Amino acid sequence: MKVGIVGVGHGKFGRRSDATVQELAFEAFKAALEDTKNLERKDIDAVIIGSSPEYHKQRSIPGVITEYIGMNDKPTWLTEAACASASAALMSAYMAIKSGLHDTVLVLGVQKMTELNTAEIQSLMGRVGDVQWESIFGTTFPGYYAMYAAKHMNVYGTTPKQMAKTAVKSHHYGAMNPYAMFQKEITIEKALASPMVADPLRVYDCCANADGAAALILTKDDLAKEFHETPVWIEGTGSASAPISVLRRPDMTSIPSAVAAAKQAYKMAGVKAGDVKVADVHDCFTIAEIIALEDVGFVKKGEGGKFEEEGQTYIGGKHPVNVDGGLKSKGHPVGATGASQTVEIVKQVRGEAGKRQVEGADIGLTHNVGGIGQYCFVNIYGR
Amino acid sequence: MPFRYFGKINYTPYTKVAEFADELHKGNLVGSKCNDCGEKSFPPRADCANCMSGDFKLVKVKPNGTLVTFTTIHSPPDGFEDIAPYTLGLVDLEEGGRLLSWFENTEPEDIKIGMKVKVIPKIFEEIEEIKLYYALEKE
Ligand SMILES: [Zn+2]
Repeated sequence: MKVGIVGVGHGKFGRRSDATVQELAFEAFKAALEDTKNLERKDIDAVIIGSSPEYHKQRSIPGVITEYIGMNDKPTWLTEAACASASAALMSAYMAIKSGLHDTVLVLGVQKMTELNTAEIQSLMGRVGDVQWESIFGTTFPGYYAMYAAKHMNVYGTTPKQMAKTAVKSHHYGAMNPYAMFQKEITIEKALASPMVADPLRVYDCCANADGAAALILTKDDLAKEFHETPVWIEGTGSASAPISVLRRPDMTSIPSAVAAAKQAYKMAGVKAGDVKVADVHDCFTIAEIIALEDVGFVKKGEGGKFEEEGQTYIGGKHPVNVDGGLKSKGHPVGATGASQTVEIVKQVRGEAGKRQVEGADIGLTHNVGGIGQYCFVNIYGR
Repeated sequence: MPFRYFGKINYTPYTKVAEFADELHKGNLVGSKCNDCGEKSFPPRADCANCMSGDFKLVKVKPNGTLVTFTTIHSPPDGFEDIAPYTLGLVDLEEGGRLLSWFENTEPEDIKIGMKVKVIPKIFEEIEEIKLYYALEKE
């Protein structure tokens, strides 16, 4: 039995001072329902929320959201895997349908981050590392990726300019995405002149904290055609973990959970990296996109920076990546990001991505990293 | 010396390896050694990663290593504003294990991946409450 996606919905990402977390969820859910054919709330058997709970003032959000979107008395629960929480929710939905427990499941990735101030968020994000031995020295989330960047530059000759080029591409496509937080082009000069956050990462190397939601409706194969003309199938799914602590990461140029998750997903889908026509990878930082290209096998180890510099991740390049603007331009509402990536790839695979459409995108991939790689989920989609 | 004295801000006051703080106060850097299989770990851990035994002792670790990578934090988290910018280094210890800390008494231009560093047990002197930590210095 195959599992298909028959409805996707994306709310506006950004500083959403106008909405509560359940109001954000409602927007995405409504859009996903409207995206389906003849599917109503009563057809959905369960609601799985992907979110990182510690950002919200409201405790235990699945209950509040499920009530607000009018889905009582359907079962609901939260999956948490930091920035990969929505991909964890997607995998739980896949399992629920595959097992025969449920036929149709709603996945809602949602996050309201701006209830906290920037210093509080920095402190919280720094504590995504090991708090006993690392956070006590003032580690930050950009700081961890900066250590990856410094090592990648040292070992493979990756340059700040290559990282800046990655940011320029993200903003180029973000400017064409109405849901993105930043819809403005930038230049390499502007990126390279932006203030240092954690050396060698500058402001334009980092994604921004944001609020937002994205929704996915999944169902089993014999119902899928009823609910959408072009169901998009989950052909392969992979997931792995890695030590949370950089103290136990021998190679500081690769995310081991991503390498493992990608291998599983390719094997299950029966495809190779070269078959993937379009991908959304977890670019919480420019260096993270460069490393992701290597970890999922689009380029050889160490060649990610050069690949970006050559423009090979643009539409028309060898591997179009993050042509929705990525986390960099869309903003990164932690729990919503995995669902947002899936919304984009589903639209690409259907051929509905408009001026950002990659020609012949019959196979797509998402790569969603939680924290600094303690979680990773890779999915492959086809039609 | 309770473990809550370890770190500029301590998030984990209770741990089975709390004696680490006593040793650091005496000027010693210690890791753990499993009494059953001999597995060593730095940072110390109470439960052996190899054989799952809970029987361990703390053993002195040579405070020397090689810099794996580093970053300078310009945008610090809450509680670290007063020392920013500071340079964090990730260090592979000579006798195995890894450690993260910040550099002191070292010129920024001298900090390079692959350099030899030493780890120095320290006490924050300017703060009223005792705060133990270790710092990195160029060897
Ligand atoms: Zn043992």
